[in-house]
Amino acid sequence: MSPPRVAGAGLTHFGVHPEQTGRDLFAEAALTALDDAGLKATEIDELYYGNFMGELAEHQGHQGPLVAEAIGVPERPVTRYESACASSGVALHDAVRAVRTGEVDIALVGGAERMNNLGTAGATEGLAIAADDLFEVRAGVTFPGAYALMARAYFAEFGGDRSELAHVAVKNHANALPNEYAQFQREITVKEALEAPMIAEPLGLYDACPITDGASALVLVSEAYAADNDIDAPVVVSGAGQAGDTLALQDRRDLFYTPATSRAAEAAYAEAGIDVEAIDFAEVHDCFTIAEVLAIEALGLYDPGAGLTAARDGGTTRDGSTPINLSGGLKAKGHPVGATGTSQAVEVTRLLRGDHPNSDAVADATTGVTHNAGGTVASATVHVLEVAE
Amino acid sequence: MTAPTSANASHDEWLDAIAADEGYYLECSNGHGSLPPRRACPVCGARDIEQQPLPATGTIVTYTTVHVPTPEFDGETPYVTAIAEFGPVRLTGLLRGTDPDAVARGQAVLPTVDAGDDGRRRLRFEVVAE
Repeated sequence: MSPPRVAGAGLTHFGVHPEQTGRDLFAEAALTALDDAGLKATEIDELYYGNFMGELAEHQGHQGPLVAEAIGVPERPVTRYESACASSGVALHDAVRAVRTGEVDIALVGGAERMNNLGTAGATEGLAIAADDLFEVRAGVTFPGAYALMARAYFAEFGGDRSELAHVAVKNHANALPNEYAQFQREITVKEALEAPMIAEPLGLYDACPITDGASALVLVSEAYAADNDIDAPVVVSGAGQAGDTLALQDRRDLFYTPATSRAAEAAYAEAGIDVEAIDFAEVHDCFTIAEVLAIEALGLYDPGAGLTAARDGGTTRDGSTPINLSGGLKAKGHPVGATGTSQAVEVTRLLRGDHPNSDAVADATTGVTHNAGGTVASATVHVLEVAE
Repeated sequence: MTAPTSANASHDEWLDAIAADEGYYLECSNGHGSLPPRRACPVCGARDIEQQPLPATGTIVTYTTVHVPTPEFDGETPYVTAIAEFGPVRLTGLLRGTDPDAVARGQAVLPTVDAGDDGRRRLRFEVVAE
């Protein structure tokens, strides 16, 4: 078994594109990834596709064949994955396994989400259904509300307050500045973040990712196929992990820790044969500023309670020891839910290849990690990407 | 099909029990608490599940004041949603008739039931006066 190679990577612009259908968003990203790989759609063996709220946003179920058809291969095996905000993370996890075993030579994996056509209230409702409908949604838990419940539990356990979270938002906005795919290519200040309207206390508008339309895709090829066909693909997916947790927050012992991330990371690091010290940088699931803190702790990059001040102290900024979310993250690059998992892998690939506007921040890096989470991290995937020897 | 029991009761039946002051939780043979409907313990998978009386009051462990709601809660915003601990289980509920600024961790709450604008019944908490 050899790790799959990333032969191509593609994104749409992440932002407000309410007129563009999900199928068209996906086709744009997927065809870009195929062009990047120098492969034709007809050469794809299987497709893996993540989407969360297509039924609500577009009254469209059964999207697998639709997106295969959109790139001209309706007869190919295609599966849609739905794991809330981790939909394309789990699609990637399965695609990696299929290519690694040699069962599949060329896999196209990606995701798409159309959200802005729903409006803020509609998108808020769409996101809320990732929570437990009986015990959480009925009790008024929104998606920001759920992370607010975790943020308050975190502050109660470790101390600190929302002023430290503002530094996470400031950092990720600064990282998005040169990223042409990002929804917000503008910097913000700590003062602006702290003075923004509250969404779900203690989280304000600048603690939250925006509502985003967009798509992402990767072409994975087997080691053997790359060698036989002389494909230039320096980046491999050397480790993949996935884990779960109870859907409702009320059923978890601790609300200031996300064990699904830790379990997924353990599996991914073991498969890649790396320790946490080997990680040069990471793209993590910062749907809210507190989520980035929880992620870097559960990934093992920071001790429990120590992640809160990482952005403020500079450890996770572009000049820090482990830059986090050089793309701008979900916070500033945007979060088209079903597209996020594979978009993180696209960003890490470009950062490692040297063709990302922020590649100079990690010029000597060989190892990047992606972390994608669904709901309040009831689903988590972690992938290790490395520059192959 | 097996006959319904309190363990796999519907959510509305469980809310009925709370409304009638007969609230309960479930306990498996290994002592793990959970809420219906359950056919297996969510912690260990044990099938042997019994009904236990829910403690009369719970303690707030975390809470949030929601300012941007889903459409069903438009008429009630801002509102406070809290998670409260009732012995071995935790419940999530809206706080009724409370100044959001006066809510704190550690406060005692009583579980009650009402219906939202969409007619769906849901758990609510009332803060117990100190």
